[in-house]
Amino acid sequence: MMLTDRFLRLTGTSGLILLACLAAAAIYVPVANQFIPETSAFHVSTASVVVFGKYLCFAMLALSIDLVWGYCGILSLGHGAFFALGGYAMGMHLMREIGPRGVYGNPVLPDFMVFLNWQELPWYWYGFDQFWFALLMVVAVPGLLAFVFGYLAFRSRVTGVYLSIITQAMTFALMLAFFRNEMGFGGNNGLTDFKDVLGFNLQADSTRIGLYLLSVATLAAAFLVCRAIVLSRLGKVLIAVRDAESRTRFIGYRVEHYKLFVFTVSAMMAGVAGALYVPQVGIINPGEFAPANSIEAVVWVAVGGRGTLVGAVIGGIGVNLGKSYFTGALPEIWLFALGGLFVVVTLFMPKGILGLLSRWRRKKAPAETEARTAAEAEERA
Amino acid sequence: MAAPIPMSPFPDLLRRIALVLVLATAWIGGPAQAQDAPLQDLLSRLAGADFAETARVVEALAATGDPAAAPILEALGEGDLFYRRSDNAVFIATRGGKGYLLSDPLTGEAAGEAGRREVAKVRVNNSLRRAVRAAIGTLTLRSPDPDIRRAAAETVLKSRDPEAIDPLTAAIEVEADAGVRFVMERARAAATLNSGADDAAKIDAVATIAAKSDQEARSILLAATDGASDSLRQVLDEAVTAVERDLAMWSAAQNVWYGLSLGSVLLLAAIGLAITFGVMGVINMAHGEMVMIGAYVTFVVQEIIRNHAPGLFDASLLIALPLAFATAGLVGMAIERGIIRFLYGRPLETLLATWGLSLILQQAVRSLFGPTNQEVGAPSWMSGAFELGGLTLTYGRVWIIVFALIVFAVLILVLRHTSFGLQMRAVTQNRRMASSMGIRTNWTDALTFGLGSGIAGVAGVALSQIDNVSPNLGQSYIIDSFLVVVFGGVGNLWGTLVGALSLGVLNKFLEPYTGAVLGKILVLVFIILFIQKRPRGLFALKGRAVE
Repeated sequence: MMLTDRFLRLTGTSGLILLACLAAAAIYVPVANQFIPETSAFHVSTASVVVFGKYLCFAMLALSIDLVWGYCGILSLGHGAFFALGGYAMGMHLMREIGPRGVYGNPVLPDFMVFLNWQELPWYWYGFDQFWFALLMVVAVPGLLAFVFGYLAFRSRVTGVYLSIITQAMTFALMLAFFRNEMGFGGNNGLTDFKDVLGFNLQADSTRIGLYLLSVATLAAAFLVCRAIVLSRLGKVLIAVRDAESRTRFIGYRVEHYKLFVFTVSAMMAGVAGALYVPQVGIINPGEFAPANSIEAVVWVAVGGRGTLVGAVIGGIGVNLGKSYFTGALPEIWLFALGGLFVVVTLFMPKGILGLLSRWRRKKAPAETEARTAAEAEERA
Repeated sequence: MAAPIPMSPFPDLLRRIALVLVLATAWIGGPAQAQDAPLQDLLSRLAGADFAETARVVEALAATGDPAAAPILEALGEGDLFYRRSDNAVFIATRGGKGYLLSDPLTGEAAGEAGRREVAKVRVNNSLRRAVRAAIGTLTLRSPDPDIRRAAAETVLKSRDPEAIDPLTAAIEVEADAGVRFVMERARAAATLNSGADDAAKIDAVATIAAKSDQEARSILLAATDGASDSLRQVLDEAVTAVERDLAMWSAAQNVWYGLSLGSVLLLAAIGLAITFGVMGVINMAHGEMVMIGAYVTFVVQEIIRNHAPGLFDASLLIALPLAFATAGLVGMAIERGIIRFLYGRPLETLLATWGLSLILQQAVRSLFGPTNQEVGAPSWMSGAFELGGLTLTYGRVWIIVFALIVFAVLILVLRHTSFGLQMRAVTQNRRMASSMGIRTNWTDALTFGLGSGIAGVAGVALSQIDNVSPNLGQSYIIDSFLVVVFGGVGNLWGTLVGALSLGVLNKFLEPYTGAVLGKILVLVFIILFIQKRPRGLFALKGRAVE
């Protein structure tokens, strides 16, 4: 019983519901794909499985942003860069795994290098033929970048808007860099034409369902990691930094260490999300670094509810569902809808969808209201 | 040392130029029109002429210096010149009709047709063809149009043929245009260096060549070093060093110019932001869209002018300026009243809301005008270029730099010397005190934001001249603009000026070594590192207000 109690504390009520939903999705989607006939309304096509898997990766990206923004007040407008770097690390492994099956049949060099008349594999491509090495890089590269970037920025107390602007500059610079053919990452076209991962054909239904299940499991694990961080003593300090950075520093905490830790963890998480994303969509290109992508991801968090973790997942999945619907049905309307969402959410729903839900619940139990609004007011100040 | 004869097609031409120049010095500089009568006489001599007679006529035609002789000579060289057997009249003929279509060689008017047997060709051989080409060259050198004379002199400057010295001397004596004379003197000096002249003459020539430091001078001097005597070689080496030093200086100056030009573009894009972000502290991610609105206002103004008053086209930008300011300013005020005022003190939320707004504005423009680039023309006073020393400056860029500085100066004046500027600064420094003194702070906020947005709109008018006018126009400037403002120091207009210009110059100085994209990346990395070092920018505000 002790264990169950601790688990319940870890997840929280809404977290438990989220995990239950994820579990249900993990069971329902593969079953509906494999065993419900295509004619039925409950059938889930393989294409949809891929799309759902993609949403789960986005949700994980949103989760990583919520961890730094919602709990530590660092608004990163460059998290898309960590996501893309993780994706590139995975993409490089998938490129190497193509081997001699490429168009030019070169056993070592990826097609685009043969096309550019490169004779040798650049040194930074070494090791990516090993899956474990690629996995290591998926977390190490974004983690290292975040560590160096964060170390410099937090040490010199670049905060708030300034930090947002330089994170945006970072992802912009990376985008320009990856667009260059000379960088050795496929330039404009990026990395694509993947064949298989660990010997499983990427086009096969079973691989796609496997990746989908892996995404569900990783998202759930990432959620639990975030909850564990947030609920720990360290998490309390992070919240203190968010609400009163100077005061926390004066009390004696090394604020920049806490920020650096959470920023790096969050970047690694974004990298993992990117690594899961690439084999499912089958391409990674420099467009993923575009500053607009990072800002859009921030909005997922804002829509779902900043500083709730569950809200980030809801926002990541929900906004992307809306995007898929609008861009298919009413392409003209999508940017209006997305832009409107930004404005409406910031003006009228500062706590996102989850905030609306809890306000609704509070109306049912008015006794609690006073205490909470007082706490909220303090938080905002 | 024998005068080397360079392997070039020019000596023959030059010899003839020389001859003709000597023969016909009296013609040079005089009016060259209304000389059809001598041309007519010469033409008639071509009918049935033998090669020697034709050669004489060609020389005489060249000697007239009349541009009208050029088509005759060209036709002769091409073998298109014919005479009619019946009356010995000379025509330019092309195949067609029942045999040939005739046209008058002097007026170019059609002159009926002729059967194949009615006309005969004015025959030319290879040496005549050469003479014809030479004569055409002479005509250009002696053309009444100084541009054509200059081109002819520059041809000699490239060939450096010693044979050209005398004719050039003759031409220099009568040349009225100082610019053309300068080119001719340089051409003569280059030829002298290439000839067997004595060292004294050559040393004079070196001075003439080195008077203008360009690549041409450098290669002429280097070529002359071969086989030069010791004393001459010393002079040459000194001259080459001087020329190379000048060249390096001009190339640096050209880079500075490109940098200033880029910097002025950055300044235009960032200066409105320096107000909204720097002074008010509002993160307006829709700032780029204000620039875009300004550019589209320019487009609409030009469309209306094209359709209804084409004569006003040159004034289109001047008309667009106030309209762009008003349009973008009103949109800005609407944004401030409608959204931003609810978000004061919450910069991150402001950032998100205005980003959303920028998406809406982009899509609105895309729905109204379509996603493609719109054509915005340049008025005549903005096209073309001029040379300043070793620099080539385009008028468009010059105007944009001037314009950016004017906008900046006006903005400084408004902030320093108007009551609105005073109120604005008061509200920024101490809102409650300003309010107590009777300033309507809400209204000031809206006007300030409107001013920043209006300036962005004005920037859009200028940027429409150098960038594609498309719904994405603003997005390409927003990141740069923020970096400029942050780099220069928030809340400091002079910082924005210095930041924009220095980033522009830095970028252009990196480009030759790294290429455009890598240069841009390095600048971004530089700014990111710089902000670590000085989180408040180049010119930080000091005091308690910063926290």
